[in-house]
Amino acid sequence: MKSMPAIDLKPEQFSGYPPEARKLVTNDLAALQRLPLSFLPSLLREVIDYDFKFPEERKAIERELANLNSLSPGQTKDWFQGFAQIRLSRQLEQFDWINAPAQFVEQLSAYLWTTHQLDAFRVAALAYAERLRAAVPPEPPATPRLGITVIGQGVTTSDESLFRKLRPHGVYYSRVQPENGLKQLLDVVGARAKEHPAVHGHWYIDGGQEAAHDPALTCVSYHALGPARAALSSKIRVEIERPGMGPETLRTLLAQMRPADLGLEQSAVLDRFQVKLLTEGSGTQIFSTTFAQWAARESLRRAQPLTLLVRFAPRQRQKPMNEMLSAGTDSRVELDPMGSLVDADMGAYYNWLNQQRLTGAEQSSFLVWFENHREAVAIGPSMPRGTESTAVVDLAKLLSWMT
Amino acid sequence: MVITFGGGARDQETFAPEGQENIPHLMRELIPQSAFFTQVINRGILGHYVATASLATGVYETVNNFASLPPEHPTAFEYFRKDLKRPASDAWVVAPSNGFNRIGESNNRSYGPGFGAGVILPKHLLTAATSGGADYEHLLRDNYETPFYTPELGGREFELQQLHMLLKLSVDDFKKHARTLSSPDELSVYITRQLMQQLAPSLLWITLHDIDIAHAGAYSLYIEGIRRTDRLCGELWKTIQTEPEYAGNTTLFILPDFGRDSDDDSGGNGFQHHRTGDALSRTTWMMAMGAGVREGVVIDRALESTDLVPSIGSILGFNASLAQGKPIVELA
Repeated sequence: MKSMPAIDLKPEQFSGYPPEARKLVTNDLAALQRLPLSFLPSLLREVIDYDFKFPEERKAIERELANLNSLSPGQTKDWFQGFAQIRLSRQLEQFDWINAPAQFVEQLSAYLWTTHQLDAFRVAALAYAERLRAAVPPEPPATPRLGITVIGQGVTTSDESLFRKLRPHGVYYSRVQPENGLKQLLDVVGARAKEHPAVHGHWYIDGGQEAAHDPALTCVSYHALGPARAALSSKIRVEIERPGMGPETLRTLLAQMRPADLGLEQSAVLDRFQVKLLTEGSGTQIFSTTFAQWAARESLRRAQPLTLLVRFAPRQRQKPMNEMLSAGTDSRVELDPMGSLVDADMGAYYNWLNQQRLTGAEQSSFLVWFENHREAVAIGPSMPRGTESTAVVDLAKLLSWMT
Repeated sequence: MVITFGGGARDQETFAPEGQENIPHLMRELIPQSAFFTQVINRGILGHYVATASLATGVYETVNNFASLPPEHPTAFEYFRKDLKRPASDAWVVAPSNGFNRIGESNNRSYGPGFGAGVILPKHLLTAATSGGADYEHLLRDNYETPFYTPELGGREFELQQLHMLLKLSVDDFKKHARTLSSPDELSVYITRQLMQQLAPSLLWITLHDIDIAHAGAYSLYIEGIRRTDRLCGELWKTIQTEPEYAGNTTLFILPDFGRDSDDDSGGNGFQHHRTGDALSRTTWMMAMGAGVREGVVIDRALESTDLVPSIGSILGFNASLAQGKPIVELA
């Protein structure tokens, strides 16, 4: 295949894109034509999925394209100086990056490592992101964000010193009233969804079987995805038996997987999101704790919810990878509640870190609770950092103090 | 002897104050006896096979991490055997998974075939001896980074019949002992001890890998891997001191191949992977102890991981002429 310089891009080359993505790219073609090849496919990787993105992601793409359109040729050159200095191989230049931008980016990544250009690329990418943020600041959230993480399901007693990474950032409560705690949390989350309605703006992620919840919440659970996980495992088992199969080919096949391939046919946007959780997330197919943490990370990064409740559940005990992958359903699986508590404790910290990366971080609140126990940490503008409280309080009351 | 504290552990779970509880053997037993280098930087590709190959050649290798390919530059084993005219039995590698089976010998024309180290893949041997089976499943975990895929073997392979010939170990004894172990790295250490007792190689390299379970995203298993690796390092040092062929005349190096991603880099997912190439994932440490090494010193200047092979060369008396690194002066 001949190499395709960006300057020669034409609208008809995007005929394979979904309708809204095609419209977007056609409108902004002039801006795209000025971009270096070390950058453009990364942008197209986002654009090609525009039809299946969450509202916040769509807004971000639109803002970025509008900004690129507003730059003069001289300014564009200045903005992308770092990327322009990245050398690409002939093979990459000849790659079909218009129709397969994600695969191009994967190959580019390997090439950058091999040619010791990764650091230069990182510098260019960070500088661009910072400049974009300054030129087009992301909008503040409609209401301060609230994150809640519930850990330790199934653990009756534990000597673990929990929340060590989160305690310095808020108040450690040691006498929380645990009765009816999960329901109280879900009620608060449901009420927020009604008070501040937003499409995919309020989430409930469960690492096990989801509890009863308000239908206004976007809900993802490990249990509900059991049939999809089983379908994925059996497809993988078939594929890896094929001659010539290697990790790159398998990754490409996984990237091409669609919701219908895994029996998901409810909502185009959410189904795509769930497929990506299982095909792109490492360990999400086998460990429910990994699934819950990765789902939370991805929902925060992509949907930027106003409210996120994550409940961890016990994961299966470690066994050889092949065996864990072949366990399609959750029945007869030996669980590891104590190991899962440690996983979830770290997962809670990551949930907070990822929430703090979003706009309005200084006004955001975060609660982590040891399910059915008396320990919790509350973080937020009204919670003094690095302190402890022995107040006897239920979770609904505690949330009302935080928000 | 070189032990790679693999695959990939961060400072915050090891030598930083909050991580020291995970490495009691390194902290209390080994550090006081060692020269401790606090900054060893890996500027190469952060994949376990290619990074271990870089450690073994002293050059940042660029081979495909997931293919069964030899390093492009001569390994320490080839320099050692060719320069010092040592027999094949004097250099060995014990490695975790099929992906490492070409680590012992490069395809460099001046060295390469015939000058490399024997490579033992204990898990591969166990599979051959047992055809898997429930009693051994916990020892056969493989390839945490690409769990769906195990590379084909290629190159010089340590065969099952050599167990008896070289290690004086019957298949039945091997299977029986394996049943008492709890992880692939424990199996590797068991084979290493057999090698030390039966062949007493002068250059021995063991790559530990249990920690790389972190790719599955379970923090507790990652920590468990670090604690086990710490214990195994302590046990190997004790073995060195009690085996007559090694006691008093062995230098031991312990170092990770690289770290893992920082919690602060939004491009990664913290401890789970080593994909961002950030400073934390590139910066690790090294411990040297035993013959010819000053005890109880801490060296803060930055080294590169490619400095290992020239330094081993200085100790053993070979010239790593094609290595990019330099001998570490503090070990001279």
